[in-house]
Amino acid sequence: MAHEVVLLDFWPSMFGMRVRVALAEKGIKYEYKEEDLRNKSPLLLKMNPIHKKIPVLIHNGKPVCESLVIVQYIDEVWKDKNPFLPSDPYHKAHSRFWADFIEQKVYDTARKIWATKGEEQEVAKKEFIETFKILEGELGEKPFFGGETFGFVDIALITFYSWFYTYETFGNFSIEAECPKIIAWAKRCMQKESVANSLPDQKKIYEFTVWMKKYFGMD
Amino acid sequence: MGEEVVLFGTRGSPYTCRIEIALKLKGVQYKYIDEDLANKSPSLLKYNPVHKKVPVLVHNGKPVLESLVILEYIDETWQGYPILPEDPYERATARFWAKFIDEKCFPAIFKSCWGEEKEREKAVEEVSVVLKILEDELKEKKFFGGENVGLVDIVAVVIGFSLGVYEEAARVELLNKEKLPRLCNWIDDFLSNSFIKESLPPRDKLIAYLRNRFRSGNASK
Repeated sequence: MAHEVVLLDFWPSMFGMRVRVALAEKGIKYEYKEEDLRNKSPLLLKMNPIHKKIPVLIHNGKPVCESLVIVQYIDEVWKDKNPFLPSDPYHKAHSRFWADFIEQKVYDTARKIWATKGEEQEVAKKEFIETFKILEGELGEKPFFGGETFGFVDIALITFYSWFYTYETFGNFSIEAECPKIIAWAKRCMQKESVANSLPDQKKIYEFTVWMKKYFGMD
Repeated sequence: MGEEVVLFGTRGSPYTCRIEIALKLKGVQYKYIDEDLANKSPSLLKYNPVHKKVPVLVHNGKPVLESLVILEYIDETWQGYPILPEDPYERATARFWAKFIDEKCFPAIFKSCWGEEKEREKAVEEVSVVLKILEDELKEKKFFGGENVGLVDIVAVVIGFSLGVYEEAARVELLNKEKLPRLCNWIDDFLSNSFIKESLPPRDKLIAYLRNRFRSGNASK
């Protein structure tokens, strides 16, 4: 049953990366299909007609959409290995809250760092640092957001690490200088094969962003 | 049992309302504390320092935040009425639609009634698109959850109740009965559910409050 799991994805997407990490954590074999977002495949449009976005996980022909919904689905179907969420409802809720915080606070702000200039960019940088300082506070002295083990919140956040060089270069700032614990945490996560094999090289993401800005006339 | 459940909310907020519906469906006894958002209580700020928002569920002194997170917590903590299905694929589907309603439906509904003049027309069109999507998703089911009210129905209080209230308060028509017959039937069934009825704020009071709060935006109507 070779291709019962298919992932429709786009290599620089930090949302797609979350699913890659989740699948790798569970040791699931799957078929990776790269989408050209300027020319979406009929399969993508059929599997995600409402949002027409990646990532989409297709399991036994049935689509699951929205990256964190997919990650939870993977956790619930392949529940015997490497659970992403604690079993206790209160701690589970705590993890879900922080994953939701990341969903609300990181992407739009981070995007503005490379996509805008001047005052708008400065405001975005400030917000970005504030957000990551809050996350540092939540991490505390734990090795992972999940505690002793890598979990749901770690998966939700680590994929942004592949974009850090891009943010730092366009924003002209050092994330490590502002949030050293986050960088230490990220490096710890990158020691896991599931993470290291799922995230593209930071320089490649930067090159992609430079190209994208030119292509869309964003310079 | 020595169990203490407290809900911090604001009457009229669909986010608070959905928590009350869930607690009532589960038969959980709870204490409700109404917050004045212009003057937040020290308790609220202590329990939700990150967002400083309602609703907050405090269970035996420990806070749970964000309405969708709270709904799943309630489902996992108290047995009895199932809010989410058991099957992982159906759970993923429910979560997808809950997110769709929160991210795409409610903001459009709100903007079409209370947004800035220039945004409203576009928002009205958006509402028409998203409601049609929900109409199609209902298919032949009585509720989004199937035979019974489930997560998506609870989250959809913004359509079951808030939509009608906003329409009346802002004097905007959003629900086309001819184009959305299934959704209209769903609204009737939704509002007939006794636990839901008990959780809804008084309609007239809410309309008056909304008109008063946002009236300056509708002076020309």
